[in-house]
Amino acid sequence: MAEFFHSLFLNYYESISMILFGIGFTTLFLHPNLMKKIMGFNIMDTAIYLFLAAKGYITGRTAPIVTDGITDASKYINPVPAGLVLTGIVVSVSVTAVMLSFTIRLYRRYHTLDIDEIFRIVKKEEE
Amino acid sequence: MDFCKNFPLFSIIICLMGGVISSALKKKVARVISYIIMLLLIAMSVGVLVYCIQTGEPFVYKMGHFPAPWGNEVRAGVLEGMFAVFFSVIMFLAVFSGEKYLDEDIVSQKGNLYFSLILLLMSSLLALVYTNDIFTGYVFVEINTISAAGLVAVKNSGRSCVAAVKYMIMSLLGSGLLLIGIIVLYDITGNLLLESIHTALGNVIESGSYTVALTIVIALITVGLSIKSALFPFHSWLPDAHSASTISSSAVLSSLVLKAYIIFLIKIFYRAIGIDVIVKSGVCNVLFVCGIAGMLIGSLFAAAQEDVKRMIAYSSVAQIGYIFMGLGLGTKLGLIAAVYHIFMHGSTKSMLFMAVGGLKEVSGHSSYLEKIKGSGYRNVLAGIAFAVGTFSMVGLPLFPGFISKVNFSQAGIEAGNPKMMVLLITLAISTVLNCFYFFRAVINIYTPGGEREEIAYASGNTESVRIEKNTATYVIGIIGFILFNLFLGTNCDFVLTLIKQGIGMFR
Repeated sequence: MAEFFHSLFLNYYESISMILFGIGFTTLFLHPNLMKKIMGFNIMDTAIYLFLAAKGYITGRTAPIVTDGITDASKYINPVPAGLVLTGIVVSVSVTAVMLSFTIRLYRRYHTLDIDEIFRIVKKEEE
Repeated sequence: MDFCKNFPLFSIIICLMGGVISSALKKKVARVISYIIMLLLIAMSVGVLVYCIQTGEPFVYKMGHFPAPWGNEVRAGVLEGMFAVFFSVIMFLAVFSGEKYLDEDIVSQKGNLYFSLILLLMSSLLALVYTNDIFTGYVFVEINTISAAGLVAVKNSGRSCVAAVKYMIMSLLGSGLLLIGIIVLYDITGNLLLESIHTALGNVIESGSYTVALTIVIALITVGLSIKSALFPFHSWLPDAHSASTISSSAVLSSLVLKAYIIFLIKIFYRAIGIDVIVKSGVCNVLFVCGIAGMLIGSLFAAAQEDVKRMIAYSSVAQIGYIFMGLGLGTKLGLIAAVYHIFMHGSTKSMLFMAVGGLKEVSGHSSYLEKIKGSGYRNVLAGIAFAVGTFSMVGLPLFPGFISKVNFSQAGIEAGNPKMMVLLITLAISTVLNCFYFFRAVINIYTPGGEREEIAYASGNTESVRIEKNTATYVIGIIGFILFNLFLGTNCDFVLTLIKQGIGMFR
C-alpha cells in the first residue's frame, strides 16, 4: 500500500491529470449549469493533454530539432505526443464552440442556463 | 484497375470539400452538388468493393508515402468496401426521399447548411470505416458527433435544440473516455496504426507487464464508444435526439451514425487489441449482458410509447442491443451475425423513419398512434413501406430481419451454455415484444377512420377527402429502400459470403 502511494507521488503529473480528469468528467456529467458543463469538458480534455505531454517527456532530453549536429536518437524525445496534443486541442476548441452556440440559442429561448429548468420548461410546453 | 486504390481517400476528401463549399452556396446548388457527390461516392465505393473481391486481399494506401510505423494509412478490404457502399446508398436514399420535409422543417435561407452537415457527416462515416490509424479515428469520431448534433438541432424548435444539447453532453462524456483510453493504449504500445499496436501489444502481453493498464484501456474504449452508440445503460439521449429532428436526420442518425461507432469498436477489438485478449479480459461478457438487457428494456419502452416516431427510436435501443450481444459472444459467428445486423437495421430503420414521415404528413403532422389511424389508405406508398419495415423488424422470411435472427440463434447455439440459453430465450421474448408494438402500429394505420375521414363525413362530402400527393423524390427513395431491403433479405447467401470474406481479411 505504501508502495502504491509512493508511486502515485513519484508520477505526480499523471496522478494530478487523472484527478483533474475526474473533476472535469463529473462536472460535465452532473452540473446543471450549461456554462459550467462546458468548463468541465475543457478541464477534462486539458487533463488528458497534460497526461499525454507528461508521458511524452523524458527528463534531460530536448525536442528533436537538430541544431548542434547531434543526430543520436537518445538525446531527443518523441515528437508525436506533442502533435497529438495539438490535434486534440483543435478538436476540443471546435466542440467548445459548438456547445457555446447551442447554449446561446437555449438562453435566448428559455432565459436560463440551468439545464434541469430547461427540461422542465420543454416538458411543460409539450403538454 | 489499380486506380481503385485511390478511391477511399478520394471519397473522404470529396465529401470534406463539398461540405465546406456548400456552406457558401445557395440551397439549390448545394443540393445538386451533394447529390452528385453522393452518387460519386456510391460509384467509388462499389469500385473499391469490386477491386477487393477481385484481388482477394485488402490494400493499404499510405498517406505521403511514409512507411508503416510512422505514416498515416487508409486501409480497405471487402468489409470496408461493403460498409462504404451501404453508408453511401442509405445516405443518398434518406436525403433524397426526405427532401420535401427539409423544406418544411428548415428555414430556407439556411437550407445549404443542412447539406453541408450531411456531407461532413458522410466524410466522417467513411473515414471511420477506412482509417487504419486510431487517433485519426478519434478525430473523425468528434467530427461525426458535431455534425450529428447539428443535424438534430437544424430543425428550428426548442425541443430539438434541447435534444441536441443532451446528445452532445452524453457524446462528450463518451469521447473523453475514448480519448484517454486511446492515449493510455498509445503509452503502452508506442504506436498509432492498428496493426503496429497489435504487434507491440503481443510483446507487452508476452512479457506480462501492464495487465491492469490494458484492462482499463479496454474498458475505457468500450464504455466510451458504447455511450456514443447508445448501448443500454447509456441510451437515455437517443429517443429525444432521434425523434426531435427532421425525418431525414432521424433516418441517418439511427441507421448510420450509431453504426459507425460500432464499426470503429469492431476494428479496435479485432485489428488492434485482438479478440482473444478481449475475451480474456471479460469485457465480452459485460457487452453480452448489456446487449441482452438493452434488447428487453428497449422493446418494453418502445411498447409503452404513444408516439410512433419515439417508438421507432426506442426500438433502435433494442436493435443496438442485438448487435452488442453478437459482439459479446466473442466468436466468429457472433461477429458475422452482428455485422449482418448492422446492415439489416440500417436499411430497415431508415425506411421506417421515412415511411413515418409520409404517414405523418397525411395525419395532421402528428405521429401519435390515434392520429395516424387509417393513414395507410391516405398515403399508400408510405403505408406499404411501413409494413415492409415492420415485417423485417419482426423477422418474417424474405426480409433481412429473419436472416439476422437465424444468424444470432446459430451463433448462440455454437457458443454453448450458459450464453446459448440466455440468448435464445431473450431472442424469443424480444421477437414477441417486437410483434406486439410494431403490429399494433401497422394495424392502426390500416384501420379505417382518422382525421381526414372524420372531417369528410362531418361535412357529408366524401369526395373531398384529399389524398396527399407524394413527390417524385419521395416515391423513388421509398421504392429504393424497399428494393434494398428485399435485396438484403433474399440475397443473404451472397451478402454473408462477402461478410465472411471481409472478416477473413481483418488480420
